[in-house]
Amino acid sequence: MTDTARQTLVQIAYLVASACFLLGLRGLTSPRTARRGMGLAAAGMVLAVIGTLLHHDIVSYQWIAIGIVVGAAVGAPMAIFMPMTAVPQRTAISHAFGALAVTLVGVAEYYLFTHRLGETGQMNEHVRMVAIGFEVFFGSLTITGSIMAFAKLQGLIPGKPMTYPFQNVANIALFLAGFAMFIYLIIDPTQSTVFYMMIGAAVLFGVLFVMPIGGADMPVVISLLNSYAGLAAAATGFAIDNTVLIVAGALDGASGFILSILMSKAMNRSFRNVLFGAFGSQPNAVSGAGAKEQRPVKSVTAEDAASVLAYSKSVIFVPGYGLAVAQAQHTVRELADLLKSRGISVKYAVHPVAGRMPGHMNVLLAEANVPYDELYDLDQINPEFEHTDVAVVVGANDVTNPAARTDNKSPIFGMPILNVDKAQAVIFMKRSMAAGFAGVDNELFYLDKTLMLFGDAKKSMQALVTEVKAI
Amino acid sequence: METTTQLMETTTQFLQLFVFLLAAFTGFQIITKIPTLLHTPLMSATNAISAISLVAALVFAGATDKGAVTTILGTVAVFAATTNAVGGFMITDRMLRMFKRDTRKSG
Repeated sequence: MTDTARQTLVQIAYLVASACFLLGLRGLTSPRTARRGMGLAAAGMVLAVIGTLLHHDIVSYQWIAIGIVVGAAVGAPMAIFMPMTAVPQRTAISHAFGALAVTLVGVAEYYLFTHRLGETGQMNEHVRMVAIGFEVFFGSLTITGSIMAFAKLQGLIPGKPMTYPFQNVANIALFLAGFAMFIYLIIDPTQSTVFYMMIGAAVLFGVLFVMPIGGADMPVVISLLNSYAGLAAAATGFAIDNTVLIVAGALDGASGFILSILMSKAMNRSFRNVLFGAFGSQPNAVSGAGAKEQRPVKSVTAEDAASVLAYSKSVIFVPGYGLAVAQAQHTVRELADLLKSRGISVKYAVHPVAGRMPGHMNVLLAEANVPYDELYDLDQINPEFEHTDVAVVVGANDVTNPAARTDNKSPIFGMPILNVDKAQAVIFMKRSMAAGFAGVDNELFYLDKTLMLFGDAKKSMQALVTEVKAI
Repeated sequence: METTTQLMETTTQFLQLFVFLLAAFTGFQIITKIPTLLHTPLMSATNAISAISLVAALVFAGATDKGAVTTILGTVAVFAATTNAVGGFMITDRMLRMFKRDTRKSG
């Protein structure tokens, strides 16, 4: 085959692969078409890989085979055995792998590039350097940033924000130093010492910028790193003139960007606030709320709560991350099935930040065999609460606090919440009266219609199942 | 004076920017239509798709005539990208299989 014929085949493979990726993502707009779409995207990937193997630069397949076999041997078990509660960690570590691949390609590219600089025909080296520098800079900081996010989610290092004086100033200075090296390289691409120093700065920045961010803010961080990994991949496409990489990177970058905006909004936080705020490090922010905590609450037994549930007509479950921590998803579904068999309508209200990454709670409930047509997001479910007999809050707190709507002095004011207080009655399952993540007292506890069921989420849920069965 | 190669290269660079712009725009349009229900599979899917950087890694790992440095960097990159491509598509499918309408038969 001539080089031109090979090149044509490779480009056709890339074109088809790009189309497969777009159609695959479009499949994700509905759970019914999602699997087919992803199958198509995977086929596109295989096609692109086979096409690339025809590339005229490839003279030996030995190392390629080793890389692919070992990679598949590591990747497949991670996908098969990973518990669904650990999907955020897996996602974080896979961003690190993706960024590693991109960074290494960038380094290899730079290495060849500097060795060829003396040759003729290398015209636009400054423009090339923009792409390579961007790729390597964002790639390197995504590697360490993602490893830090992984370690926090996995509990290898404390999930609490780690802060020290002048942290933000130091981080910004480091970022600017790295960026200055990038600019310097664009002007003079031959300075390879500066190139490796820039990688060092970016690697260090990745560690330092995730360090002050708390575990509960991880949905935003993961989404942001997702976006960076995508943009770095797109930059690779620019550097090696590969359109399928540009397309895939742009899609990944756009998706991560959209998700991080959605997550920030759901947490009532600006991007800047998540990245530089070290939220939760000021637990005294609402010390004024302490005085109110003497007010009486209505505490009930599982038996009482069960009879309220069993004689209602409609129930909405409001699950939070505490539910996943207690591994009570299956017990909730069991209770829901019991209620449904009594002719009661059951729905689930899923707040965007109910899990540790975007959409995480939906996956956890789906795993517990909750049908997806019973899962409702914020906008769909909020108008329903006022026609609902009982709302059952389990493992959630701040996202149900009506103060977000009514009290403009509250730190969570303006945060989108589930309007649980509009239901006819509320059963609030909670370990103790301790405040939620934001350190804010929840007005909901003191309402006349709120019944507090204290205890471990799973045990309380099991008690409810037993009691409802007995009725 | 400018050569033809130089002109062609500039044109290519702009074409690349057009591709990026259009892909990002199309991505925005599609992704904003994806329900929050599927946001976790979305993230693992885009992660798997961006493992297409594998195609760049393959060329370095296979071009053994260009020296050991690029072969080694390329091989490690092939490993890292394959981990994501294989793992990413598999776990996405595993999650999507869980989303069912009716569970009466299994419940």
